[in-house]
Amino acid sequence: MARYLLRRTAFLLGSLLAAAALLFVLLRLLPGDPANALLSVGATPEQIAAARRQIGSDLPLLEQFGSWLAGLARLDLGTSFVSRLPVGPEIAARLVVTVPLTLLAFALAVVIALPVGFVAAWRSDRWYGLVLNGVSQLGIAVPAFWIGMLLVTVFALRLRLLPAGGFPRDDWAEPGRALTSLALPVVTIALVMSASLIRYVRSATLDVLGSDYLRTARALGSSFAGAMWRHGLRNAAVPVVSILGIELATTFLGAVVVESVFTLPGLGTMLVEGIAEHDYPVIQGVLVVSTFAVLVIGFAADLVQRLIDPRLRAHVGGGRP
Amino acid sequence: MRGRPAFVIGCVLAGLILAMAAVSLVWLPYDPSDTTGGRLAPPGGGHLLGTDKLGRDLLTQLMVGARIALTVGIGSVLLGAVLGVTAGLLAGFASDWLDDALSAALDILIAFPTLLLAMLVVAAREASLGSAVLAIGLAMSAIVARLTRVLVKRVLAQDYITAARTSGTSWPRVVIEHVLPNIWPTLLVNLSLQLGLAVLAEASLSYLGLGPPPPNASWGRLLQEAQATVLTAPLGAVAPGVLLVVLVVGVNLLADGFRDLADPTRRRSR
Repeated sequence: MARYLLRRTAFLLGSLLAAAALLFVLLRLLPGDPANALLSVGATPEQIAAARRQIGSDLPLLEQFGSWLAGLARLDLGTSFVSRLPVGPEIAARLVVTVPLTLLAFALAVVIALPVGFVAAWRSDRWYGLVLNGVSQLGIAVPAFWIGMLLVTVFALRLRLLPAGGFPRDDWAEPGRALTSLALPVVTIALVMSASLIRYVRSATLDVLGSDYLRTARALGSSFAGAMWRHGLRNAAVPVVSILGIELATTFLGAVVVESVFTLPGLGTMLVEGIAEHDYPVIQGVLVVSTFAVLVIGFAADLVQRLIDPRLRAHVGGGRP
Repeated sequence: MRGRPAFVIGCVLAGLILAMAAVSLVWLPYDPSDTTGGRLAPPGGGHLLGTDKLGRDLLTQLMVGARIALTVGIGSVLLGAVLGVTAGLLAGFASDWLDDALSAALDILIAFPTLLLAMLVVAAREASLGSAVLAIGLAMSAIVARLTRVLVKRVLAQDYITAARTSGTSWPRVVIEHVLPNIWPTLLVNLSLQLGLAVLAEASLSYLGLGPPPPNASWGRLLQEAQATVLTAPLGAVAPGVLLVVLVVGVNLLADGFRDLADPTRRRSR
């Protein structure tokens, strides 16, 4: 396990570095100088040169990359072209919205998906098993932002039960108000996420239900619940946990679009605004933070999967696939 | 096809959107930028589904949207397939160190979420049809490449490949005669699932204002524009979403059908 942990950590660090490099290269390959974003049309060559000096785009690429990486290591993500404020603290302020939104939505999606997926598999031949399966099939085809729009129409505009969007200015000073602002976005993301999660839980449960070991346990006199508890759950959990890691990352990204529906001041709206204003430090900063988050979530999911599945531990350093 | 209602339903749903897009190429009720219909006209009269807040005919917009959804979906799947299968074949055949390098690169690329990568490309270029295809296709190619690599490795480990090589078949012929025929069914299933995801990704991009610009607007853009008038003109906020779901469900059911065709053991167990 220690050797695996070391190797996996090395891979994580390597991919963080590679991801940072990739982002940097992609953004620099863009046609046009980022300095243009600072200037109005018809700027004089002197003004252009001054702007380039100011943001450092006149330096050699490698030097720019080096100073950006050094900044990253100090958690310094540069300064926004538009607001002239440092990007790092702004991202931190946005995460106060995005992180709770992601975690609440993810938790709700899991709470919905585990029982529904189990019943859809366990009773796959009954009408309600078929209906649950059909609904989840439909759910994976619906874009999250549209569900958000429909929920706003019904619960905010028609019934006036919840706010249609926005977030309290004082963030979490009044937790109740913050939570009501997050209610509809959380439900929106959770509904979409649970649809795909239900399908994984269902197929993992179907595999376990059709397995020889479960039949043997039943033949030896275990009750269905007993056999499921002792042999089924752990086996069904393995594929589900590996998917949960990916789903958590997807939930985080789903927040990017859904935040725009509800005009929440989160990371997603920050990125969209950054793109609209060609604010490169903001785009770069948000993308780096999001990609790092996705990589770290993947790392954590791999570790958890290894902890619950002894078979994976037995094959450390095994043959290639 | 008998005994496979899901596949038939998938054909009908996807065919419906395909037909809409095909008709839009030769005939549209109105010009897409014609704003003479009056703001938010109700359904009926000269406008079958009414007009939007700028006076444009909704049915026309929906038909143009079908064309855009399919163009971006199919275009990005083609791009992703060409790039992905090539890279995957390369990695599958490569020596150990090159394979390690390529698969590490793919793992990192996959960690870049499709939508973020797409937004990055749009930030770099401008919001247009081409940007959307390029962005979604590039993001997809990493996923296709990783799948192709695993499939190629699995085929190359088979005895019949060793037999073919021993009897003097060249590598290019091995690829054409043995590798591709064995991996395409699984690839086809995956690519059709990717088509659904690409359509959803394009809708999200357009909803954020990063898709093809009006008057040739996509369904995502229509939804975004209709959001403000959802109470007075609900049809505009519902119809594009319904068509999106119809297309994606149709494509997903087709993928399921392909999977049953590709894997006879699955067919029997149903």
